[in-house]
Amino acid sequence: MAVGKEIRTKIASIKNTQKITRAMEMVAASKMRKTKDRMQATRPYSVKIGQIIKHLAHANPEYKHTFLVPREVKRVGVIVVSSDRGLCGGLNSNLFRKTLGEFIQWENANIEVDVCTIGSKAFSFFGNLKVNLVGQASKLGDSPHLHDIVGIIKIMLDAYEAGNIDELYVVSNEFVNTMTQRPTIEQLLPVVAHELDENLSGHWDYIYEPDAKEVLDHLLTRFIESKVYQGLVENNACEQAARMVAMKSASDNAGNLIGELQLIYNKARQAAITQEISEIVAGAAAV
Amino acid sequence: MTVHVDIVSAEKEIFSGLAEMIFAPAEMGELGISPRHAPLITKLNPGEVRVKVSETESYPFFISGGILEVQPHLVTILADTAVRAADIDEAAVLEAKAKAEEALSDKSGKIDFASAESQLQQAVMQLRTLDRLRKRGG
Repeated sequence: MAVGKEIRTKIASIKNTQKITRAMEMVAASKMRKTKDRMQATRPYSVKIGQIIKHLAHANPEYKHTFLVPREVKRVGVIVVSSDRGLCGGLNSNLFRKTLGEFIQWENANIEVDVCTIGSKAFSFFGNLKVNLVGQASKLGDSPHLHDIVGIIKIMLDAYEAGNIDELYVVSNEFVNTMTQRPTIEQLLPVVAHELDENLSGHWDYIYEPDAKEVLDHLLTRFIESKVYQGLVENNACEQAARMVAMKSASDNAGNLIGELQLIYNKARQAAITQEISEIVAGAAAV
Repeated sequence: MTVHVDIVSAEKEIFSGLAEMIFAPAEMGELGISPRHAPLITKLNPGEVRVKVSETESYPFFISGGILEVQPHLVTILADTAVRAADIDEAAVLEAKAKAEEALSDKSGKIDFASAESQLQQAVMQLRTLDRLRKRGG
């Protein structure tokens, strides 16, 4: 019986799609666990270096590093962290929308923007916009290493030191939980003053070896690097979580669609049978 | 008397615990840190960090450079994950810049992608309109 051939092929094709989305969901779930572990593994370093920076804010060094001194803002640098692949719901587009909002505010205040991108999605988005793209890193994989992003961070730090940019921001997704990822913009430079710790008050300073400038240079560079790296690793975990959720809802939608089509198909089949019977009965009555 | 020691790298935590003494390869020479040392910050050279937990027990760690911070009751070592030097960083800068420029100049692939996407969008819109017409007709 040739009833509803189109419907049956459509059901089959949706079933195939559903198989793919379900597989992607499971892959994302297992990757999410790994990326989450990695995110947790990087936390001690950023906590520790944050503590040292905080201690440093209490010390009374004779030398003031340029990274710590705010100045008038004419041009800002932004590092945008995105995923390399799509199919992860609104993760990247939410992030870009938030970034563009900031861009518009800066434009209204006559502040120019330099952009560095991490991840292919940010690159293809900002590469097509009229922004000044100064560096990019992409295809970093699921376990990115710090040395993959050292280059673009140094571009920005050099620009800051040369006075080409006056503030530096990093834009990335914050992992709240599996269902929620929040796009955030964090100011990296100048380093924001931390709240004061009572235990360390009083006049004291570190012994710097070899000298204050060199040590602070090194320390603050590492601090910025760890912030960006943390953002990258966290964004990775967000990507997998978002993909898992997106693929789960795609599988569910495919299931609903199949149900509806099945119903239509059954109805059509029954209608055809009824029609055939009534035709036969009518034919017999005529004889 | 002991002091709390944390050794961390950007990619993982390496050691955390109490120790009697810590030896580290500072840039100005090998350092030994006892509890209640004066506050100190120094850069570390690649080499071995030794954490003496007790008279008989001590743990060696290899680090490829980093930073040592000493507070009277807390010692923190921020280890680098790879050997870092100014010229290596410079090479990374050049690479990142080159990548951006190369990808920006390679417009051909990008334009194809964009036009394909707009064509796809048009096709989808046409299909949707057809669908609506069909529903109204049927």
